[in-house]
Formats: sequence, C-alpha cells, structure tokens
Amino acid sequence: MHELAITQAMLDVVLKHAGGARVRKVNVTVGEWTGYVGESIELFWQELARGTAAEGARLEFRFEPALLRCRACGERFPVDGSGLECPRCGSLGGEPAGGQDCTVDSIEVEGGEGP
Amino acid sequence: MSTTVPVVERVLSANDAVAAEVRARLDGLGIYCVNLMASPGAGKTSLIERTVAALKGEIPIGMINGDTSAAAFDAERGQTAGAAAVHVNTGGKCHLEASMVRDALALLPLERIRLLLVENVGNLVCPMSWKLGAHANVLISSVAEGDDKPYKYPKMYAGVDVLVLNKIDLLPHVDFDRGRFLRGVEALNAGLRSFELSCRTGEGLEAWLEWLREQTRRAR
Repeated sequence: MHELAITQAMLDVVLKHAGGARVRKVNVTVGEWTGYVGESIELFWQELARGTAAEGARLEFRFEPALLRCRACGERFPVDGSGLECPRCGSLGGEPAGGQDCTVDSIEVEGGEGP
Repeated sequence: MSTTVPVVERVLSANDAVAAEVRARLDGLGIYCVNLMASPGAGKTSLIERTVAALKGEIPIGMINGDTSAAAFDAERGQTAGAAAVHVNTGGKCHLEASMVRDALALLPLERIRLLLVENVGNLVCPMSWKLGAHANVLISSVAEGDDKPYKYPKMYAGVDVLVLNKIDLLPHVDFDRGRFLRGVEALNAGLRSFELSCRTGEGLEAWLEWLREQTRRAR
C-alpha cells in the first residue's frame, strides 16, 4: 500500500515528460532511505499506467544504498539497521549522505532516431 | 525506433511545490505549523488534546487530522478540547500530502488561528517523504514501542526537527533501554531537540508547551 501514491507521482512525472509519445521504458533511481520496494512499485505501475501513454512501459530500477557520513572521519557507510557505528573509526552515527531520493532519470519513448 | 528523453526529476517534486505554497500561505498569515508524525498508538491525539487544553486560553489553535478512513474520532477529540478541527480522509493513503493540507486550510478560520497542529496518519515510513509545508516536523515516540525504533526507522529519526518521547510514566513497567534509544537518536540526528513527557500524568508537558509558545510568538 505504501508505494501506491509514490507510483502515481512517478507516472505523473513520466507522462509530463513524454509529451504524448508512447513510453517504452522508465529509468528510475530509488534511494533506500525512502523504504520503497521495487516489486510494489511494479505492481501498482501496471495498474496505474493502464490506459495511458505509459501502459506496458518497463521500469528499470537503480537502487542507491542508504548511507551515513561519519562526523569524525568522513567515511560513508551503509545504514543496515544494526549499530549505526562507523566501520572505520567506530564513532557513532553521521549525517544522511546518499540514497535519500527517488527520481525519474530518463524515459525511452517511441519515435525519433534511436534503435 | 525510440528516443531517450532525459528527465532527472524527483518523483515528489510536485508535492514539494505545493508544500512550498502552503508554507508561504502560513507565513503570510503568521501561523506556526507543526506536522505531528508517529506510529499508531504513540499518543498523537493525546498530545494534541493536552496541548489544546493547556494553550486554548492564550493561543487560538487549528488542527488538521489525517486518517485513512472517514472515522473522525480524532478530529472530534481535538474539537472537544477547543481547537478548530478539520478531518481529512486520505482515502486509504498512509500519509498526508501537501495538497490535502492546502485544501484543508480552506476549511479553517485562518485569520483567527496562530498555531496549526497537523496530525499525520499513524505510520513511521511514508509521512517523512511527503513534505506538507509545516515549520517543524515532530516525531512522537513512546516508550511502549521499544527502544529499537531509531534503528528500524532511521529515515524518520534522521529527518525530524523535534522528538517527543511519550508515556514516560510507563518506564518502570516496560523493557525500554533509554540509553540505547537516545544513542540511536543521537547517531542519526545529533543535537535533536527532544521532550520526554507523559500525556497521561502531565509530567514533562510544560517544556513542550513553552517551546510551542515561543515558536508561535516568533512566527507572528
């Protein structure tokens, strides 16, 4: 259920940039801080895109790990739900650094010069 | 034949734009707005009731209550306590969106309100992604939920401006390691402004109220 609204927002962005052309593929980046699950987005996508120019378009996901930047040594390390300590220097926590956003990077539409 | 169209647009950019609109509107009216987020049962409505009951004589308060259904119990509780309240049925969505807040503003007597309390849908994942235009994002946690929550919901703890730890009257009765909890909070959000209180007994409430008074004064 969590991905329904985000998938609709994704579709809105895609259709705006497609300008009426038929969409074949959508390249999406999902940062893991968002907690969005690819499979759920795919499921909602099939339903929501039906009857639009993006019906049947394939979603290509690029997942970015949720990272923290250590306040002491600057090391970037993944948030994996365990201790939140920097693996290099052992200091506690850090600032979120990467993997926070969900963006539509590009779309492939029918027509034009490409393959 | 196909063409690649570069896009590079945040999926939630349209929501962010509406949130900026809401914020500008609130700023123009001199209204201070907090977005209250929590898991179900942490005490969002109880904190609102306590807050409204304590401040209603000095600060006119408005309230927007988001719920996944048409059940308006929470808005009614806010109203009973003395706030002008609007119930928003999200239609099953597990969070409020900026457009819902914008539309709810039209139903509130804004010229009379100085403080707007927005009660988000009970959920520790989605509400954080959807900006509403509030001045402060407040997370209400409770000792009954356990001390592991910062570790399990790092995005929520990393992104909020204020933390309220509720139900501290239950500390003797639950296995809540306060040190472990605060360590997780500090790891993700160093120096986060925090209030430890009990909506049931009223302990610790005054510091929270004083903070709201101060923010509301400065928003005018």
